[in-house]
Amino acid sequence: MNILIKTLGFSLALILTFTAVSYVLPQMKGEAPVEKEMDVGALTMDSFIAMGKDLYQGKGTCTLCHNQLGRAPDLLALNVEKTSLERLADSRYQGKAKNTEGYLRESMLEPNIYVVKGFGKKGTNDAESPMPAIDKPPAQLSQVEIDAIIAFLQHKDGNKVTVALPTKTSLPAAAEEKTAPAKPALAQSPEEAIAKFGCAACHSILKTESTVGPNLNDVGKRLSIAQIRESIIAPGTVIAEGYPPIMPDLSEKMTTKELEIMAQFLAQQKTKTQP
Amino acid sequence: MKSVLYFPLLWTWRRVLLVLMTAIIGLGAGGFPFTASAADPAQEQQITAADSGGITGETKASLILAPKLKRADYPNIGVSSRAIVWVVAQMHLFFGALVLAVPIFVLVIEFIGFKTNDDRYDDMAHEFMKISLTAYAITALFGGTLALSLFLLYPDFMNYMMRVFGSQMLVYAVLFFLESMLLYIYYYGWNALRYGNSKWVHLTLGLLLNAVGTTLLVVANSWTTFMMAPSGVDSAGAVIGNIWEIMKGPLWNPLNLHRFIANVAFGGAVVGAYAAFKFLCAKTAADKAHYDWMGYTSNFIAILAFLPLPFAGYWLMAEIYAYSQQMGILAMGGILAWLFVIQAVLICTILFAGNYYLWSGMARTEGSERYQWLIKYIAVVLVFGFLVWVTPHNVIFTTNEIAKLGGGHHPVLGPLGIMPAKNIAVFLMLIFTFLSFQIYRRADKVITVSWQAWGNTLMAAIYIVACANVIFAGVYYGYFTNTVYKVGSSVMQVASTLAVIVAGSVIDTLMFKGAKTLPSSWGKVSDRSQYALFALPVAFTWLMALMGYVRSSVRTHWHVYTVMKDNSPDNFIPTLATVGNTVTFATVLFLIFLLFIFWIANLSGIKQKPPVSAGKIVPAESAA
Ligand code: HEC
Ligand code: HEM
Repeated sequence: MNILIKTLGFSLALILTFTAVSYVLPQMKGEAPVEKEMDVGALTMDSFIAMGKDLYQGKGTCTLCHNQLGRAPDLLALNVEKTSLERLADSRYQGKAKNTEGYLRESMLEPNIYVVKGFGKKGTNDAESPMPAIDKPPAQLSQVEIDAIIAFLQHKDGNKVTVALPTKTSLPAAAEEKTAPAKPALAQSPEEAIAKFGCAACHSILKTESTVGPNLNDVGKRLSIAQIRESIIAPGTVIAEGYPPIMPDLSEKMTTKELEIMAQFLAQQKTKTQP
Repeated sequence: MKSVLYFPLLWTWRRVLLVLMTAIIGLGAGGFPFTASAADPAQEQQITAADSGGITGETKASLILAPKLKRADYPNIGVSSRAIVWVVAQMHLFFGALVLAVPIFVLVIEFIGFKTNDDRYDDMAHEFMKISLTAYAITALFGGTLALSLFLLYPDFMNYMMRVFGSQMLVYAVLFFLESMLLYIYYYGWNALRYGNSKWVHLTLGLLLNAVGTTLLVVANSWTTFMMAPSGVDSAGAVIGNIWEIMKGPLWNPLNLHRFIANVAFGGAVVGAYAAFKFLCAKTAADKAHYDWMGYTSNFIAILAFLPLPFAGYWLMAEIYAYSQQMGILAMGGILAWLFVIQAVLICTILFAGNYYLWSGMARTEGSERYQWLIKYIAVVLVFGFLVWVTPHNVIFTTNEIAKLGGGHHPVLGPLGIMPAKNIAVFLMLIFTFLSFQIYRRADKVITVSWQAWGNTLMAAIYIVACANVIFAGVYYGYFTNTVYKVGSSVMQVASTLAVIVAGSVIDTLMFKGAKTLPSSWGKVSDRSQYALFALPVAFTWLMALMGYVRSSVRTHWHVYTVMKDNSPDNFIPTLATVGNTVTFATVLFLIFLLFIFWIANLSGIKQKPPVSAGKIVPAESAA
């Protein structure tokens, strides 16, 4: 018993020591990026630039590489305008950009087009950039967010900001739902959605019949809800046998909410004909 | 009376537990084929793949995107789901590691016993397996609980994983049953298949057991690496490759290697603690000798497996960088970088404990006096190495974080805080640990080969050149070149360290030919040295939980990196104190279960004396 207590005590003391180390080190929480609602009407160039700064340091994860440790050009330390013009004048430059704004955007969207000398991936002789395309996951910035960063980078050295403030149409899809009242009214029920997008023209659904496309009254039996969603937003990927590929692509016309209403409804359609 | 009941009772209890647990696991794994296969046939009739896009007929049914979850999609049970899954998964990993690792070196020890005809080895191997056996039931218990909690708390995510991995999960279930069968036959057949040709059968069983176990490990690893660096799916998460392409992601093999080696080291450390415990409890000199020797062997295994670990670790990290710079930098230079300070403390604890145990063990033989003088130099190197290693890194932060900390640079120790300085420290510590190891092995030998002086000079030269190399590479690449990738330095350092280990082993093996072995008095070590055998598994357990957390955390707010976002309330990176608490909780829990296992293993060795009352016939005991 004595030995049990001694060994246990020793082990616990050691464990507590390790725990104590975790207590004395700096305590930080890494929050996941929050999708912010953007109020286009109230947006000024100043707040747009501030937004770019936030994105640069946070969601965009730019500072992870672009810092004073030499992993990537320290964009905050150099004059971005001047640097961009130098890059464009470089004989190695193969891209299409004509000015600073274009160069910055190109650098973010297609980093491999021009890789700053000495910064390429190891072994690729500066043909491949370690920098990820910033509109792709994990950073996944929208066009507007990229514009905001460009505005911030141009502004920080007192250079002229050439990007335009976002307009309602340039907003990302997620914000669209809230801020684009000019669009046709949102469908609130499956019936409204079916009417709005004209599904019944080709499919048997609700009380009407059509044989141009597959019968949807039993689609819930045939497809999972995820497959239904996909058939709506990417109809070309899989085409039901025996039918022509004429289903319209609704991905840009539907809001996510409408898609969800529709998919939920269809997933429940499990009988051949409507009772 | 009681003595007759003891064994059957214990057995039944174990069996019931096992059956229960496999049933739970079966349920977990079984839930999937039901949902997916029920839908499959209908889909296949209705859907034909479009020719474009390279989608093959086989995969058409799985063209389902990763779900995009909202916070409301996650079940909320009032307690952090992540905390639950974290602890349960960690417990499963601890026991899984133990159960897979022990049979690996048990097989080796059994083989040595067979070849040398030394029953000590065979008995020890058998005793090790006893621990593994109880641990197995607990592994299954936590595996079942893990599956259950994942399905309950992260249903959509698990659904997606099930869809991606599909029938591979069934393979896992089958392997699990095979593993159970083999494990039980291997353990309970030990004495029945002990000598002659039967021993070969038994060894073959052990080999099969290990083959199945290792396959289990790599299959489970593929889920982990898929989540970190998905392959075989497109950017929206739809499956476009076959199961092999999904499994064979860029991080799979590095993780396989690192975990395999780490498991062996971990397993060795745990059974070492068992031996130490038994040693401290032992009353007779014979018992003390047996458990001293057992502890020594366990420590030998643990340290031997431990030495190459950093190399496997660097490979893993290098592959993470190659897969995604962002992920690599986040782990080593971002918010998670502080964790590596704790890692340094833990690894140094392991090194100190391992070295201290070796030095204490040298007291077993008089021949050690020849080497005692070296110990103080080794100690100095270890202490200095430790100090450099724990010096905080130059860490990269977002500006807010820097503001919170009041600067990201360490003003005084700055130059010691960068990676190359740490590398010098780490590699020197490894080299000097190997030196401890080497002088320990030499302590009880009188070398007789004619080229002895020449060989020793060569060995010393190798040490000197290797140390010089390590220091030069670190200083040169670290301070005098401005390469973006300072990896170049570690290649040279790794090579130098490995060269010492390999050359040392080879030279010693040759030198020990015909060497006189001085008597070793097993059991003559200090009680204090046994505590080193406790420090080892404690540090290892904590380390394992910590690094598992790092591995999981570099995905940040993604379930499957870049493919499926984590929108649960727990999608943030917690503070270090939270991490420390959780890791400590898991470690203490593990410790409690471990003591339980030791107790059970002990129990099965206790035989109650039959009551001596004249005239009564005592029922014969069946052999265990
Ligand atoms: C994983 C590391 C990494 C991340 C994250 C990263 N970059 Fe880069 N970036 C680089 C590297 C390396 C280069 C230099 C090679 C090249 O030209 O592609 C570079 C180049 C650039 C350039 C061209 C610089 C020049 O001197 O010509 C710009 C502009 C840029 N990055 C912007 C950004 C922005 C904005 C972000 C954040 C949204 C970002 N980067 C995130 C690594 C990164
Ligand atoms: C001294 C040497 C080292 C030891 C003893 C060690 C030990 C361990 C252990 C025990 C695990 C858990 C394995 C498991 O999951 O079963 C682990 C995981 C890990 N190690 Fe190491 N390690 C060492 C060096 C390194 C180094 C140098 C790195 C990186 C630079 C590293 C990176 C990792 C990572 C990322 C994991 C997570 C893998 C996972 O658990 O899934 N390790 N390590």
